[in-house]
Amino acid sequence: MPQTIGVLREGYEGEKRVATVPEVVEKLVKLGFAVIVESGAGDAANFSDDTYFAAGARIAADAATLWSAADIVFKVRAPSLAEVGLMHAGQTLIGFIWPAQNPELMQALAARKVTVLAIDSLPRMLSRAQKMDALTSQAGVSGYRAVIEAANAFGRFFNGQITAAGKVPPAKVFIAGAGVAGLAAIGTAAGLGAIVRANDTRAEVADQVKSLGGEFVKVDYEEEGSGGGGYAKVMSEGFQQAQRAMYAQQAREVDIIITTALIPGKPAPKLITAEMVQTMRPGSVIVDMAAEQGGNCELTVPNEAVVRYGVTLVGYTDLPSRLAKQASTLYATNLFRLTEELCKTKDGVIDVNMDDDAIRGLTVIKDGTITWPAPPPKLPAASPPKPAAAAPTEKKGSHGHGTGGAPMAGSTLAKVFGSAALLFWLVGAFAPPAFLSHFTVFVLACFVGYMVVWNVTPALHTPLMSVTNAISSIIAIGALVQIAPPLAGTGIARPDGWILGLAVFALVLTAVNMFGGFAVTRRMLAMFRK
Amino acid sequence: MSESLATVSYIGATILFILSLGGLSNPETSRRGNLFGMVGMTIAVLATIFGPRVTLAGVPWIVGAMLVGGSVGLIAAKKVQMTQMPELVALMHSLVGLAACLVGFASYIDTSIVFAGAEKAIHELEIYVGIYIGAVTFSGSLIAFGKLSGKIGGKPMLLPGRHVINGIAALAVIFFGYYLLQAHSPQEGATALIVMTVIGLLFGIHMVMAIGGADMPVVVSMLNSYSGWAAAATGFMLSNDLLIVVGALVGSSGAILSYIMCRAMNRNFISVIAGGFGTGDSAKPAAGGAAAPAGEVNPITAQETAELLKESKKVIIVPGYGMAVAQAQHTVYEITQLLRGKGVNVRFGIHPVAGRMPGHMNVLLAEAKVPYDIVMEMDELNDDFPDTDVSIVIGANDIVNPAAEDDPTSPIAGMPVLQVWKAKSSIVMKRSMASGYAGVDNPLFYKDNNRMLFGDAKKMLDEVLTALKT
Repeated sequence: MPQTIGVLREGYEGEKRVATVPEVVEKLVKLGFAVIVESGAGDAANFSDDTYFAAGARIAADAATLWSAADIVFKVRAPSLAEVGLMHAGQTLIGFIWPAQNPELMQALAARKVTVLAIDSLPRMLSRAQKMDALTSQAGVSGYRAVIEAANAFGRFFNGQITAAGKVPPAKVFIAGAGVAGLAAIGTAAGLGAIVRANDTRAEVADQVKSLGGEFVKVDYEEEGSGGGGYAKVMSEGFQQAQRAMYAQQAREVDIIITTALIPGKPAPKLITAEMVQTMRPGSVIVDMAAEQGGNCELTVPNEAVVRYGVTLVGYTDLPSRLAKQASTLYATNLFRLTEELCKTKDGVIDVNMDDDAIRGLTVIKDGTITWPAPPPKLPAASPPKPAAAAPTEKKGSHGHGTGGAPMAGSTLAKVFGSAALLFWLVGAFAPPAFLSHFTVFVLACFVGYMVVWNVTPALHTPLMSVTNAISSIIAIGALVQIAPPLAGTGIARPDGWILGLAVFALVLTAVNMFGGFAVTRRMLAMFRK
Repeated sequence: MSESLATVSYIGATILFILSLGGLSNPETSRRGNLFGMVGMTIAVLATIFGPRVTLAGVPWIVGAMLVGGSVGLIAAKKVQMTQMPELVALMHSLVGLAACLVGFASYIDTSIVFAGAEKAIHELEIYVGIYIGAVTFSGSLIAFGKLSGKIGGKPMLLPGRHVINGIAALAVIFFGYYLLQAHSPQEGATALIVMTVIGLLFGIHMVMAIGGADMPVVVSMLNSYSGWAAAATGFMLSNDLLIVVGALVGSSGAILSYIMCRAMNRNFISVIAGGFGTGDSAKPAAGGAAAPAGEVNPITAQETAELLKESKKVIIVPGYGMAVAQAQHTVYEITQLLRGKGVNVRFGIHPVAGRMPGHMNVLLAEAKVPYDIVMEMDELNDDFPDTDVSIVIGANDIVNPAAEDDPTSPIAGMPVLQVWKAKSSIVMKRSMASGYAGVDNPLFYKDNNRMLFGDAKKMLDEVLTALKT
């Protein structure tokens, strides 16, 4: 019996997003689920009931019908206590829950004997979990929207222009915090043509900032700020002082500040003081993306845009909702990926497999038992850098430039020397002196060849083969000396005709090689260019 | 020209040949290196012609032979397509082998050279060895040529009890060698020589027939090595140090190449030569059933590929033999140029055994005008995959198989591979889901961040190019 996925109209004031979109409904149906959507659920995000219906969903007239019909409920925001009252035992709820911030909600949900997967509790460092990471997808939307809000409140162009009426300088944007939202903001602002600077306590993001067209501003203080799970941690006092000085300077220089600094489970750090706001040029804009957690700026008013000292302070907390269609589509895809993980059999029945790291982390309530917080998953960074067995194979890949690779094992070396000694002894014992001089030349030439050829770059191995091929036509010399040796007066009978024939034929063959080999090598090498 | 003058000319030529190989350490110096080789060869040939061992009577013959052979060679060099390089090289090896045989026979029947005792025995042994190596090189290279040019099927031909056959052949060769030394008249010896030559020819055919198409890089380099040893053996036979030195240079060069190729496939040289990958030895189970990768492959269209490329900052292209077969290298270059024009960092990752001979891919890309400084070796960019946006695999399979690193039971376990799956996303261009020559399924295809672009590489890349231009 396939299970039914229910999608609610978000009851939260001002929330325009919806937990699934028609495109994803089709995919869910393909996975074997039945989908039921509350009438009007997608209206605010410009998805009409008809499009859901066309995608294969049934439409429920009201929320109560949906709560009773659905086995699995997709939501964006955490349910209200009234909504929890409509749940029935065995039901599964997937959405943003924030278990740490909402203990009563957790108790209420547990009391209903339901299973709850909190998309915000996803173990983010599992690379497998990235496709389900709704925090990231929503933060990306927020970062984009923050720049748009800033542009809206800002009275000038972002990009510098030279117009007939005069020169317009480009806007300077400073972005505090280069997490997902910050990086999205950097990319968007740079795309609009602004000069973008960014700072983050984690030094390793500097390259990411640069790759998006931003300039990384360093705090003049040595400390590493990487906390667990891809978040930043609280920094030392000395660092904070240096950081404040840097922010104060940026405030004087830039037109727009976008702050995204959050520390999990703590109020947002106050980065921008009232004094800093005063030093900003009138008409400047601050978008405080941390407004919900108290704001990075002292003067931020959550959910409002206010003007203080001539600076517009935008404190909207519903940035993703302000781009509802995009945010919903991404969120719906995240939930779809999660559903795929839950339903590996593709038969329309989910299996909350608590042995799976990602799903274990997500599941905050399992059949009425609170399972949050999850034990930390095995961190990839915490495991030893490489299993020992893998090390030798890696070594093998490094083939030599000038060296013969890794040194041989002692026993192999002993065998090589042993057999060489035996061979040399045999040669020395039986061969005539004339042979030995040639033999000396031969052995030395082998070594010269060995040394020289290891230096050949692998890119030129084909030319190497063709040139060695060409020079191996030196065998022509053998043919040459046989064609017409000076025999006058020796009086030895010699089958001249045969030898001449063989030698001339051999000479023809080697000439093909000689000329062809060098010519084709030349042709090839001419093609190698920078 | 006196004997001494000829000898010092030979020394000069030797030095030039060494410099010639040394020049190949870098594309910048390689052209001069080739020039050194040509000058060295000219000096060697002229010193011989004007030296004491060639009389004026031979000059017309020499000039005639050189003209005929030279013009054939030059025409071939001009006409050959870069994708056919392996065939040409194989064919040329066969010529060296045949020439070594001929010179050996001529030397044997040349009664003007008289030795006695140990010297005679050694001289005859040298002839014997020279002819044998020449014969093996000749027939082996011909078969390799046939396989590379598709005239003979690429599948290994495995005769029942082939190791026994090879063993008997080796014993027969030794026996006839002994027979030759004991021979009382040149006629008796000639019989031994001819029988041995036939065995050598058959052995060469048998050896290369038993080797699969993708082991060709090893075989081609091995034959390269043989042609060198044949020249060296001829040098011993004629007491000519120049031949010995050059033969040794070429021989060790080919041997090193074979070694590099074997290591790049994590295979033992002996087992490659013994032939038949994973098919001959019953010790190897048929492609590891235990770890058969499961999951779904995600196809992608050319249009989407173009979109993905437009969004990327860093791209690594991994070409394989499939690119050469589809003749797609020029399109690849156009895409590269377009992307580089947009500021995308495009590089190429070359696995040592990509293609059918060592360095084959580099030559193809160079032909398509791809600048060599963006063409990297495996070791140079394997660490760069994690911060690469898109890696594109064109007509390659085993050289990008993660099972080589992850799955110790895989037949290709331990073979160094290009870690394309570590890029943010990878695209594999392939005609179908068929496995590579090793017959190993490739878990890469089932990875979440991998997309498959099915179809002929050239056609698909043309579509990608068109989409990129719009």
